[in-house]
Amino acid sequence: MTHGSTRVLRISSLTRVEGEGGLHLRVHDGSVTEARLRIYEAPRFFEAFLRGRHCTEPPDITARVCGICPVAYQLSACQAVEDACGVTVDGTLAELRRLLYCGEWIESHALHIHLLHAPDFLGCADAVELARSHRVAVERGLRLKQAGNALVELLGGRSIHPVNVRLGGFHRAPTRAELRPLAERLRRALDDAWETVRWVSGFDFPDAECDEDLLALARPDRYAIEAGTPTVVPAGGGPARSFPVADFTEHVVERQVPHSTALRSELDGRRHLTGALARYGVNGRLLSPLALQAAREGGLGDPAEGAACRNPFRSVVVRAVEVLYAVEEALRIVDGYQPPPRPHVEVPPRAGTGHGATEAPRGLLYHRYTLDAAGLVTDARLVPPTAQNQAAIEEHLRRTAQTRVDAAHPRLPGEAELTAWCERAVRNHDPCISCSAHFLELTVERH
Amino acid sequence: MSTVSEALVPPARPRLAVWKLASCDGCQLTLLDCEDELLALADRVEIAHFFEASSADAPGPYDLSLVEGSVTTPDALALVRHIRAVSRRLVTIGACATAGGIQALRNFADVAEFRAAVYARPDYIDTLATSTPVSAHVPVDFELQGCPIDRVQLLEVITAHLAGRTPGIPDHSVCFECKRRGNVCVTVAHGTPCLGPVTHAGCGALCPSYHRGCYGCFGPSDSPNLRALVPLLRRDGMDREAVVRLLRTFNAYSPAFARASTALEEGEDASAPQPAPTARGDGPGPDEPEGAGP
Repeated sequence: MTHGSTRVLRISSLTRVEGEGGLHLRVHDGSVTEARLRIYEAPRFFEAFLRGRHCTEPPDITARVCGICPVAYQLSACQAVEDACGVTVDGTLAELRRLLYCGEWIESHALHIHLLHAPDFLGCADAVELARSHRVAVERGLRLKQAGNALVELLGGRSIHPVNVRLGGFHRAPTRAELRPLAERLRRALDDAWETVRWVSGFDFPDAECDEDLLALARPDRYAIEAGTPTVVPAGGGPARSFPVADFTEHVVERQVPHSTALRSELDGRRHLTGALARYGVNGRLLSPLALQAAREGGLGDPAEGAACRNPFRSVVVRAVEVLYAVEEALRIVDGYQPPPRPHVEVPPRAGTGHGATEAPRGLLYHRYTLDAAGLVTDARLVPPTAQNQAAIEEHLRRTAQTRVDAAHPRLPGEAELTAWCERAVRNHDPCISCSAHFLELTVERH
Repeated sequence: MSTVSEALVPPARPRLAVWKLASCDGCQLTLLDCEDELLALADRVEIAHFFEASSADAPGPYDLSLVEGSVTTPDALALVRHIRAVSRRLVTIGACATAGGIQALRNFADVAEFRAAVYARPDYIDTLATSTPVSAHVPVDFELQGCPIDRVQLLEVITAHLAGRTPGIPDHSVCFECKRRGNVCVTVAHGTPCLGPVTHAGCGALCPSYHRGCYGCFGPSDSPNLRALVPLLRRDGMDREAVVRLLRTFNAYSPAFARASTALEEGEDASAPQPAPTARGDGPGPDEPEGAGP
């Protein structure tokens, strides 16, 4: 579509992403003046129908926000309700939650790396086509994904919408004998994960640099997954700062921008990024020695010496390193496992507001619930990672498109080429659009 | 049946399409979770349209369309009609596509109020007042229940449709699977409320195996006897509101669950002693107070 010197590109359906979204790009006199991620995933109104539900229900209900990261929803929900009720889950039960979450990281990352992201680097439409030229790698990826799923299935009952998670812990804790066979499988997965880092670090990465503030949960002892304190590493260096989870919505504010119906998050008034790159930037030094070695050999530098990765295309390497770490963590927990005395602690309901945040595979996921004295939810708020990342994704989209426009100068790049690059810029962030369906843009701008 | 001469010329592979409406993506993900079968399946069928997994998009017609998600927008309504028009067989996968999903809770509420509760500018949100199953709009060849669907059942449905036979998906209750698995009944032994007796089989009786009552994520089984089950749920400690909530989750709008939850909400208390048949009819009317008897 050409209007004088202005050209508008629309991609109606993004592919190889979770959920339904499109792109909108405007190029004027060789400058990309507008880049928008359009989310047209149908609204489902979770925050509305959570009101009036009993506080035991949000873990199962909010799991249905996303079939790819249900554990993230379940555990953010549990944490928030437990916080409202003044209960802390620790010890073996907390370790079991971390183990379950490792399973989700492994399967979700393995899916994204091999089935959604790798085809971009190797010029394929999908993993089936990729398997024709890279069968070994695709099979290895499927095997890794299966190992993650096996972990979630054992602890949760099934990999999509697990049934075994409840407030205070689990309905039933696994026995040592049940967990033991997993160890063998995880040891093989460790080799697969190592090979995956090697494989993806050999991809051809375009130059790109993001300059958002990085937001991830952090804890002093480990790479944060299932719990931690929101921590910000500002763009351009400077000391990291953190704030309590309870203050999350004071710092991360959703704002309605006049030219768009989408709500965008800002962190203390600035654009921010959450997800693999942010976690690696905030917590990289806390990775295991093996994962650190993989990161160095994968070209990510040494996070122990402050190296961060700010190239969104390289996020595939960071995810591969995180898979390796998650497999190691899972092995550590399985090897040291002693069944807890009880599968859950009691969470007696009381009136109050609680906050919870965990690191979903694609970034920080925040839940807040207010309960009445009977334990019924009177208010619910979910802030998914992709909603927070939208502004950053759009900025990366704009920059990527500008690079292609500049490269093709004085002509404009072909629509197919530009489309492919734009989709890549979005896929770098593993967006989960079903999750974001409460910040929908549903109007279509006419030109 | 293929003949020898047909076998000499490889027939075109059947064409599969996977579609999404309002949903969480979990049911289409189930296809990608077939790690052992995925590449083999891709050899046998042409995966012609599957946006979550592929940038390739081959136009129809398709031999088999799998549809995830419910109809909640005017666009979705147009899309299901298009899908029907380009598909030889249309199979709905999951609770959203077969019963409207969790988002069908709006069907029991005021959608305008829902919209205002979530969005600062509700006027931007284009949505229908209801979330409905695909079968409410176009003929459907098979409905695979579950939130999410079961992987093995999905493979059975695909295989059966490719082979031209009826899928072998039993429509009895979870209780059958629970007995087969050798579980102790959580209701009988522990007094745990359980929807197993009225819920469609397919999960393998997961919840009772994890010491939890079934919460009905596979939707109603064939001829579910809610009238018998609700009093048991009440006996085991659930108040009326709790039973309504239990029935109003992922399959809330399935006719059997919707009927039972609405009757409870409107005041018919199935746990009350059943009145003897009277000249007026066979039970308390919906507008009589809880526990009212003749």
